[in-house]
Amino acid sequence: MLFKTSQNGFLDSFLQPIIGSILFVLLSTPVSAYTIYVSSEKDNKITVIDGDSLKVVDEVSVGERPRGIALSNDGKTLYICTSDADHIEVLDLQTMKVTHTLPSGPDPELLVIGPQDKYLYAANEDDNMVTMVDIEKRVKVTEIQVGVEPEGMGISPDGKWLVNTSETTNMAHFINLQNMKVEDNVLVDQRPRVAQFSNDGKQVWVSSEIGGTVSVIDTQSRKILKKIKFKIPGIHKDLIQPVGIKITDDGKQAFIALGPAARVAVIDTSSFEIEKYLLVGQRVWNLAFSPDEKFVFTTNGVSNDVSVIDVGRLKVKKSIRVGRLPWGIVVRQ
Amino acid sequence: MKQPLSKNNNVESVMMSILLAIFLLGAIYLEPLHADTLDIPIGLITEEEGRHIPLSLLQPVIEDIGEAGALQGIHDNNTTGRFTGQSFTLTVEKVKPDGPVIQAFRKLHKQGIRLFLLNLPAKKLLEIADHPDAKASLLFNIGATDDNLRLNECRANLLHTMPSRAMLADALAQYLAWKRWTEWFLVVGRHPRDKAYAEALKRAAKRFGHKIVEQKQWTFEPGARRTDSGHNREQQVVNEFSQVGDYDILIVADESKEFGEFLTYRTYRPRPVGGTQGLSPAAWSGVHEQWGATQFQRRFNEQHNRWMTDRDFSAWLAVRTIGEAATRTSSGQVDKLIPYIIGPEFSLAAFKGRPVSFRDWSNQLRQPLLITSAKIMISVSPQKGFLHQFTTLDTLGYDRPESRCKK
Repeated sequence: MLFKTSQNGFLDSFLQPIIGSILFVLLSTPVSAYTIYVSSEKDNKITVIDGDSLKVVDEVSVGERPRGIALSNDGKTLYICTSDADHIEVLDLQTMKVTHTLPSGPDPELLVIGPQDKYLYAANEDDNMVTMVDIEKRVKVTEIQVGVEPEGMGISPDGKWLVNTSETTNMAHFINLQNMKVEDNVLVDQRPRVAQFSNDGKQVWVSSEIGGTVSVIDTQSRKILKKIKFKIPGIHKDLIQPVGIKITDDGKQAFIALGPAARVAVIDTSSFEIEKYLLVGQRVWNLAFSPDEKFVFTTNGVSNDVSVIDVGRLKVKKSIRVGRLPWGIVVRQ
Repeated sequence: MKQPLSKNNNVESVMMSILLAIFLLGAIYLEPLHADTLDIPIGLITEEEGRHIPLSLLQPVIEDIGEAGALQGIHDNNTTGRFTGQSFTLTVEKVKPDGPVIQAFRKLHKQGIRLFLLNLPAKKLLEIADHPDAKASLLFNIGATDDNLRLNECRANLLHTMPSRAMLADALAQYLAWKRWTEWFLVVGRHPRDKAYAEALKRAAKRFGHKIVEQKQWTFEPGARRTDSGHNREQQVVNEFSQVGDYDILIVADESKEFGEFLTYRTYRPRPVGGTQGLSPAAWSGVHEQWGATQFQRRFNEQHNRWMTDRDFSAWLAVRTIGEAATRTSSGQVDKLIPYIIGPEFSLAAFKGRPVSFRDWSNQLRQPLLITSAKIMISVSPQKGFLHQFTTLDTLGYDRPESRCKK
């Protein structure tokens, strides 16, 4: 039995991917090629930036007020919350055409994709719901009632838990994706915006924009391990408004966008100490890593650009002009 | 819950199962998630507005001003309360203009209510605040802008979510300083409250480097917009009235809304109008859409079929203040809520781009104020460049050293 399987499946399961990847490496030059996608709330556009040249190479018009964007796990599709159009648009990244829309409930703001690209989950600010959508069947599966003005959406690496934040209720809601029930609620500071799991799934980081803090929640106990506070000389604490959070794959460093403070904070995750504040564009909201994690890209809503942070040197390398009011950002390998 | 995903291709049955699933989920999730719920009742005492026809047909006659905002706050608190095991209710008592208020207060107090929103003139606010039964109650002023309540007549049990006249005037004066429209033509209405607004403007002018180059009292009868050819008279009257030396902007103090709207486009000189009409400072307005306010405005509009006013917003702020303090202290008790609300930990997100909190010397909520026109938001004060030792929000209104209500 064992022998038979390995004999039959040897080429299929082992050799073919190797040949495939060798071919891929040979065909695609340069090796590190990747693409950055940015949504512009004001221009109703997705701007495409080439990862090597860091130049804008394309622009696609989409529905009204594109905000949260997410890549499918296979990297072929971009899902866009077009908030004022009240649906999610599906952009085929091969043809760069919007192929169809998905129902989302009113005013979708942020979304996440579940494992195997089967379901997506969107936060509907207008009706206090998190909506679950079957991607293939293109139907709304269910809605889960959460707090007032749901916004942040973080999915655990094992795909079992969804953490949603509600901006006026000031909670992180732990939704069990097996039974679609809210199983726990963690009170955080004012106006929580983003929920981000660490790569090992042990922590969820939640940014509170008006509270000016980031709460690090232990996933197991649902207790706040640490409330990270920020202090920048010359900037009043009211203007330090954390939003976007990204944690490196090895879990050692976290980058936090601080909104009108025009800074990205770099955090040592072992001590939760702030290593450095990097000056970026104005009203910095969302962040994305390059696939090799050598760079962090930021969307700067007021200065209408994307800052490029060199992770190794902790320096801002460049800024790239994009559409008006850049909001969401993702990187595709 | 996976039934709706059955491989059945029959659309109708799929639809039915989806509907059923949504219904079931709704039934489960709308139930309070906590077994024992803490009831937190809130009372609203509001003075009915005297019959007043707005100067424009486009301005709606609003009868539930304040109450509608409080209800939105109750709804928001209860959504949170489902998770924390707290349930908020609102009981409204309406009083006649110039009617007694203590009766209404005692009626609610007897029902066990200790948290109150008051939409009343200053004198009646103090009557309630000084009543022996109110000592262990928490009162929110959601309507009165009188500076005296923040300057001399402070009460430990009385908090203000409504901005004072001084705050509003300072907000406008800061914007006009940024514009360098520093020479004002001040026009004041006939009522005491118009004069009080004018006093606040004079103080603001002095603070932010403006000069009142002309000042006149408006003495004409309120206009009759429904009279055929009524505009001829208004056109004439305003044109003649405003023949004064040159100025940058006409600032009108007409809180009673009797004539201010008539001034724009009718002045002798081609100059803008601001103050209670025209370019106006406000705590809230239907034109505000930033910092997540769009969703907040839409929710209100769908429920109440009109836009939120500053008094509705002040009522919402008061209810949310109670809700926020109740969540953080796990209590509905006045003696637990007040220290938290006035303390350094308290802050509230209020769709203004930065946290709002209370001044501990006057119990006044500090907040950014909007500078609006009838259809669009023009700016938000405090303006850049007006600095403050602690928070720039305290550049609006009477600051700690100026107030006689010291802690």
